[in-house]
Amino acid sequence: MTAFLAKRIGIGLITLIVASVVVFSVLEVLPGDPALLMLGMNATPEALASMREQMGLNAPLIVRYLNWVGGMAVGDFGRSFTYSSPVIDLIAERAVVSLPLAVISLILSTAIAIPVGIFAAARRGKVGDTVSMGVAQVGVAVPNFWFALLLIYVFAVWLRLVPAGGFSGWGGGIWSGVKSLMLPAIALALPQAAILARVTRSAMLEVLGEDYIRTARAKGMPRRYVLWRHALRNAMIPVLTIMGMQFAVLLAGTIIIENVFYLPGLGRLVFQAITQRDLIVVEGVVMLLVASVVVINLVVDVLYAVVDPRLRVR
Amino acid sequence: MSLLEIEKLCLNIGNVPILKDVDLTIEQGEVLGLVGESGSGKSMTSLAVMQLLPFSAQTRGRVTFDGVDILAAPEAAMNKLRGNEIGMVFQEPMTALNPVKTIGEQVAEGIRWHTSANRADAEDTARKILDRVGLPESQFPLSRFPHELSGGQRQRVVIAIACALKPKLLIADEPTTALDVVLQKQILELLRDLVDERKMGLLLISHDLAVVADMADRVTIMRHGEVMESGETARTLTEQKHPYTRQLAVASMHVPDRSGDAARAAPQTPLLEVDRVVRDYPGRRPSLFARPAPFRAVNDVSFSLREGQSMALVGRSGCGKSTLARMILALDRPTGGEIRLDGAPVSTLGEAELKPHRRKMQVVFQDPYGSFNPRHKVERLIAEPLHLLEKQPSATEKREMVAQALNEVGLKPADMEKYPHEFSGGQRQRISIARAIITKPKLIVADEPVSALDVSIRAQILDLFADLNGKLGVAYLFITHDLTVARAITDEVMVMHDGQIVESGKTGDVLDHPQSDAAKALVAAAPDLERALQRRLARHEASGTQEA
Amino acid sequence: MSTTTVIAEQAGWRGILRLAFRNRSFVIGFVITAVIAAMALISFVWTPYDITNLVVADRMKGLSAAHPFGTDHFGRDILSMIMIGARNSIAVAVVAVALGIGIGVPLGCWAAARGGWVDEMLMRFNDVVFAFPALLSAVMITAIFGPAAINAIIAIGIFNIPVFARVARAGALSLWPREYILAARAAGKGKAQITIEHILPNIASILLVQGTIQFAIGILAEAGLSYLGLGAQPPMPSWGRMLFDAQTRMMVAPHLAIFPGLAIVVTVLGLNLLGDGLRDVLDPKLRRER
Repeated sequence: MTAFLAKRIGIGLITLIVASVVVFSVLEVLPGDPALLMLGMNATPEALASMREQMGLNAPLIVRYLNWVGGMAVGDFGRSFTYSSPVIDLIAERAVVSLPLAVISLILSTAIAIPVGIFAAARRGKVGDTVSMGVAQVGVAVPNFWFALLLIYVFAVWLRLVPAGGFSGWGGGIWSGVKSLMLPAIALALPQAAILARVTRSAMLEVLGEDYIRTARAKGMPRRYVLWRHALRNAMIPVLTIMGMQFAVLLAGTIIIENVFYLPGLGRLVFQAITQRDLIVVEGVVMLLVASVVVINLVVDVLYAVVDPRLRVR
Repeated sequence: MSLLEIEKLCLNIGNVPILKDVDLTIEQGEVLGLVGESGSGKSMTSLAVMQLLPFSAQTRGRVTFDGVDILAAPEAAMNKLRGNEIGMVFQEPMTALNPVKTIGEQVAEGIRWHTSANRADAEDTARKILDRVGLPESQFPLSRFPHELSGGQRQRVVIAIACALKPKLLIADEPTTALDVVLQKQILELLRDLVDERKMGLLLISHDLAVVADMADRVTIMRHGEVMESGETARTLTEQKHPYTRQLAVASMHVPDRSGDAARAAPQTPLLEVDRVVRDYPGRRPSLFARPAPFRAVNDVSFSLREGQSMALVGRSGCGKSTLARMILALDRPTGGEIRLDGAPVSTLGEAELKPHRRKMQVVFQDPYGSFNPRHKVERLIAEPLHLLEKQPSATEKREMVAQALNEVGLKPADMEKYPHEFSGGQRQRISIARAIITKPKLIVADEPVSALDVSIRAQILDLFADLNGKLGVAYLFITHDLTVARAITDEVMVMHDGQIVESGKTGDVLDHPQSDAAKALVAAAPDLERALQRRLARHEASGTQEA
Repeated sequence: MSTTTVIAEQAGWRGILRLAFRNRSFVIGFVITAVIAAMALISFVWTPYDITNLVVADRMKGLSAAHPFGTDHFGRDILSMIMIGARNSIAVAVVAVALGIGIGVPLGCWAAARGGWVDEMLMRFNDVVFAFPALLSAVMITAIFGPAAINAIIAIGIFNIPVFARVARAGALSLWPREYILAARAAGKGKAQITIEHILPNIASILLVQGTIQFAIGILAEAGLSYLGLGAQPPMPSWGRMLFDAQTRMMVAPHLAIFPGLAIVVTVLGLNLLGDGLRDVLDPKLRRER
């Protein structure tokens, strides 16, 4: 177990290091002088030079990389020149929107998908299976931002139940915050739920064909018992893999969805930073998202070991 | 009334008839052997009794167990019977247990379900039955997971599950086919003891007449979904009234005619020399920082094989025989030692220098289904080793050579236009042999070449091997766990155990008078139809004289 | 994502096709895909209206016989826009899949054949790329080069590389211990030759299935990027961009958002059905269950 975890943590760290090198070098080779961007076109050469010195742009590449990584390790993501504030503050301010959005979507999609997948597998070939999987088949094909537009049209424009966009903030109580995240979360979650339900169903069907299911049935255990007590846990292994990958997709999906709903989250931050060429913000947010993908993969690995004793070797 | 009565059972899957008018009975405490080749419907018969058939199966006829009409019984009633009154043991122990549950949970689960015992009592019963099947708690606590057990141990767990509630009937579907002979003997003995002890009826399904002759009071012989013959074991198998019974029995004891043995005519020059060969594999790390201890699969093995000679390499599964075979074929490299073929050190040559030597040795594998690329036609499959010739033959020459090879193995040249899936298992094994002989090799390494085949096919393939040895003078190294095969077509035999050759000599000498413990165990465990029948008849006479 | 490593034991592609056309999912998917592809091809020579011709008088018209899907805020015919937009979607997805197969499959096969550090490196490379969802790479690429259609292709293509590498590797790894590969090695064939003669033909089917899945994902991703303005740039019509333009006008003209969205859904649905059908036909393990 410890060896398994140590290896997975090591792999996660390597992934992070390589990713940071990629992000750093990609954004470093960019044409354009950050100092110039910061001071504007009318800056004097002297001011530029002192700005470059101040920003550490004259140091060798490797030193700048180490400074950047070292800074991030202690929470210093640099300073945004468009917002004139530390990037970490911007991120913290925006994360209170994006993180709840991603988490609510993940919970929502899991809570819908897994029961539906199990239900369909248990009633395989019957009407319930055909209908739910037909819906899922279409759901997989729906782009989340289009689904978001339809939701806005129906619930905000037509029924006027929720605001069409924007974020009320958490100041007005949890409910008003959740309320403005409800539609975005549904828009993100349902297409993902369709995928997850299909994966759950096929994983269940695969497991239900295994020899040990027949052994359990030969023991006299009823079909329902076998489904819940024997099949489900084994079927969770591929489902966990897909859930881990979906978290990455959900995070990326927040970039689009936050733009559809005008939510002041990380996705919108990074999107605006690109248009304003505020690279230090782009770097910081991208690294943060990559890091959360890596952490989630690690969590999935730990869950594997919880589900599957074969991975708990020593 | 019998414990289990099957009358005129018919079974269709879709429109395909699987069983036709099957009749069969088992009395309380009786062992019935159900024998047949693959596709005879013997497994489907047992699944029909358990009502665990595939969804698309439809049944007709009558199956009565202890007065209950099983085909008409509702699912809830079947759940009460299964595991409680009827237990079942399956063929494949490696996949028969749920990998994420402990063995304790899996044994206790059925006990709790059927007896509504509390957890502690159920675990207590589980402990007892696991102890009874040879898994004492001191070594095998209930908290073990299946992956921590070997195949034989897992089969014991499956038997414990099946017998935990003292069922009246035990169904064992090829319970030892996936195990080696020594384990087979242990498991069969365990089953017999449990049956005697608990007065259970046992339906033992097997393809192996010798196993059935040893175990069963009565036999039922099936073919293509129909019962051919039923009766008392010794009488049925000795009298062989039904032609199919006769065919099976003859095939099981078949010994090919080896009068054309090439070894006698050939000069005594060594063809293959294996010299102190060692193969280590990296082991698992005991902890994060410890150096992994290597696992020695082959340990200091030396022997030599003369031209035209047939030699068997026998041993239990995992003894290192297949690793050795791969090294001889230069598919794997030894960690130490040297292998020479016709004087050339094939174990150290690079792939380019190996080419002319590879021509002299070819291979036949066990699985007639996995041995061919399913997307190539037979012509291309058989011609593949021609790649090794110095001068590539033209397309017509190639076809001629393939046609000749097909002729040698008893197939038609026209077969080269077909795909492998159009052939049966036995025919595929012939194609496999045709591929092996096309470069006119001096040595063929055959890794369990007949163990996946039905007995009647097996006899024909053994004949073919013997025939080609005489005609082409090719030497064989047979890797097998089956002593009957070794006895049938080899001059010499080597016994391998834990990576070492522990005994070797003339086949008859070693198998009749084994010296080492490993060889003794193998010989004692090997099922033998003739001896099993003699034992059974002797027992009958003994009991007959006593009664008189 | 498919981790199917079961290889179809079929002889020849002709038999597979015969089976495929008896599979309902495959037939429906095939018809939808063919119609969309035909629409894109026809748009090169003919569309109902010339979309470079802006007719302000006709702006945001609803559905009518003249404009079955209505018109947009410049008075352009939406059906014509969708037909031309299909080109962009298909082109991006095709190139991105080709990029994934062209680089990913050789990498995966190489890793499976070579094993050891090559394999380890490939898996780590996969981890890194998987940590950058396509949208994130597109964001970075746009940050470098500015918005353009090519960004979408590169970003989606890069993401496809580890997907195909992983599928090819898993398929190849399941084949290498097969006896027919051992027989080929005993016949003196090298790893490259075995990969070409034995491995590739036998993993082609799972790659094909994965290809249709990635194609569908590519269409969805391209639409998302165009919606954000990171993909195809106006005046080139693209489905995602049409949805972006529709958003602010949705209260007055909801049809602006309906039809481009439906075009995406139908195309992706068709491809997924095609992939499901192919998988049913090619995967003998699933077939046995029926």
